[in-house]
Amino acid sequence: MEKVIEIKNVTFSYDTKMVLKEVSLEVFKGDFIGIVGPNGSAKTTLIKLLLGILEPQQGSIQLLGQAVKSFDQWHRIGYIAQKARDINAGFPATVEEIVAANLYMQTKPFKFLNKEQREKIDEVLSIVDMVDYKKRLIGSLSGGQQQRVFIARALVNNPELIIMDEPLVGVDVASQEKFYGLMALLNKSLGITLAMVSHDIGVITDKTNKVACLGNQSLFLHDSKSFNQTDYIKQVYGEGISLLHHQH
Amino acid sequence: MPEIFTYGFMQRAFIAGAIIGVICPAIGVFIVLRRLSMIGDTLSHVALAGVAAGMLGSIYPIYSALAFSIAAALGIEKLRQEFKDYAELSIAIMLSAGIGLATIFISMGKSNSSIFSYLFGSITLVNLQDIRTVAILGLIIMVSLIFLYRSLFYITFDEEAARLAGVPIKRVSLYFNILVAMTIAVSMRIVGILLVSSMMVVPVAAGMQVAKSFKQTMIYSVLFGLVAVLMGLFISFYWDLAPGGTIVLSGIFILISTLLFKNIKLKVTANHIKATA
Ligand SMILES: Nc1ncnc2c1ncn2[C@@H]1O[C@H](COP(=O)(O)OP(=O)(O)OP(=O)(O)O)[C@@H](O)[C@H]1O
Ligand SMILES: [Mg+2]
Repeated sequence: MEKVIEIKNVTFSYDTKMVLKEVSLEVFKGDFIGIVGPNGSAKTTLIKLLLGILEPQQGSIQLLGQAVKSFDQWHRIGYIAQKARDINAGFPATVEEIVAANLYMQTKPFKFLNKEQREKIDEVLSIVDMVDYKKRLIGSLSGGQQQRVFIARALVNNPELIIMDEPLVGVDVASQEKFYGLMALLNKSLGITLAMVSHDIGVITDKTNKVACLGNQSLFLHDSKSFNQTDYIKQVYGEGISLLHHQH
Repeated sequence: MPEIFTYGFMQRAFIAGAIIGVICPAIGVFIVLRRLSMIGDTLSHVALAGVAAGMLGSIYPIYSALAFSIAAALGIEKLRQEFKDYAELSIAIMLSAGIGLATIFISMGKSNSSIFSYLFGSITLVNLQDIRTVAILGLIIMVSLIFLYRSLFYITFDEEAARLAGVPIKRVSLYFNILVAMTIAVSMRIVGILLVSSMMVVPVAAGMQVAKSFKQTMIYSVLFGLVAVLMGLFISFYWDLAPGGTIVLSGIFILISTLLFKNIKLKVTANHIKATA
């Protein structure tokens, strides 16, 4: 099976504070992996390592078979950030312009968008139910609507892997359902690999096939089916039992 | 033909002015939205040092200004890597260096009157060589901006996402700083070094009041920049005032008009809503 993400013995510290210690993880083509863990358990840090925003002090990370350090095919990867970026509310750009910006690798300088590209933009905006807002300024949308625009932006390049850091914060329940429906479609029918950080353990274990638990600088990989939510909550949030002690 | 157009120097001023009126706001849109307004000021002070150095060494001042400000643009990028978390610091350091050098070079020079025309701009002193230089550099800047439009837009909106979308962030930022340096060298003859950065900011501030997209922001800013330059040149000619001042104040006048227009429009719609409710 083709490895989409391969993390080998990665150790990462902020200055002197170690947040990940010799962590390893393999994600295969077609996986939908949920990444869970309490606040501060280095979920976002792990994502930033995957995206090459941070560099590990030890170990190696590969995306689509290529080391992140020298990775140059970012258009094959979609990314949705933890919160709609603290975007400058006054930024004078429309929803359409922002989604179109992500087509960077497909558009030649000095050229306008072609018909196919405009249709693609409409298509991804309708997936997140935002077509009617195409001409609106991004600053005039609610936080949840902005987040949906960023989801559409990640989809516009037909990515093979989508990495998401709590993409659903601020998105209402109906749209969340729709989002998971869409993820299932992307994952099952199109074979797109998904990695998603979430605090909603109940939902995430239901939708994914693998769950990675972060805590105490470590990572444990579970099968979603055999993942015991009650145990997890007890161990991570409840009785203060360290994740290192739990048995697998 | 009105008297103003019969003078050769006014024709030259209008040609150079039109080019400046377009490129300053076009560059300025990205400067304002990246919150880099300081960079214009910094590079123009370094350009002043370049002009003074050029006069000392009998080099064509636009060339020496260009060399100085491009060197400074490169220096800022280098310093930015040293002071990663304090990007403004690199700009502030360069600003100090620029003012320091300019002060020394100016005090070393004998005649300081000619430096005034570079500080405040001039319409009568624009010669054919100036026009040629302005036109060639202006063309390079415009073509570069069109070429970089998409990458600059994305970097300006969301640098991290731009990197992931494949935009070569470092190269584009560096190239952009060089374009800013070139724009200053091109503009200083007419607008003056002291006011170049205002030309990059004021029309954009006005454009942002009325635009409904990024593209419109670009179009309105350039339009307002052009109008400001033309208005300023007329006033400068008939009232014999330094063009830098009249151009920038025309820009401020346009900005105030757009603010008024926006407020009136808001009131009208509010009244309309009240009336229909
Ligand atoms: N830039 C930074 N400098 C220093 N420490 C940091 C930095 N960013 C995060 N940390 C620390 O690293 C740890 C992991 O942070 P991270 O943001 O990865 O957590 P998280 O699992 O994403 O949390 P959350 O659920 O709140 O999003 C935290 O203890 C945090 O304080
Ligand atoms: Mg986080």
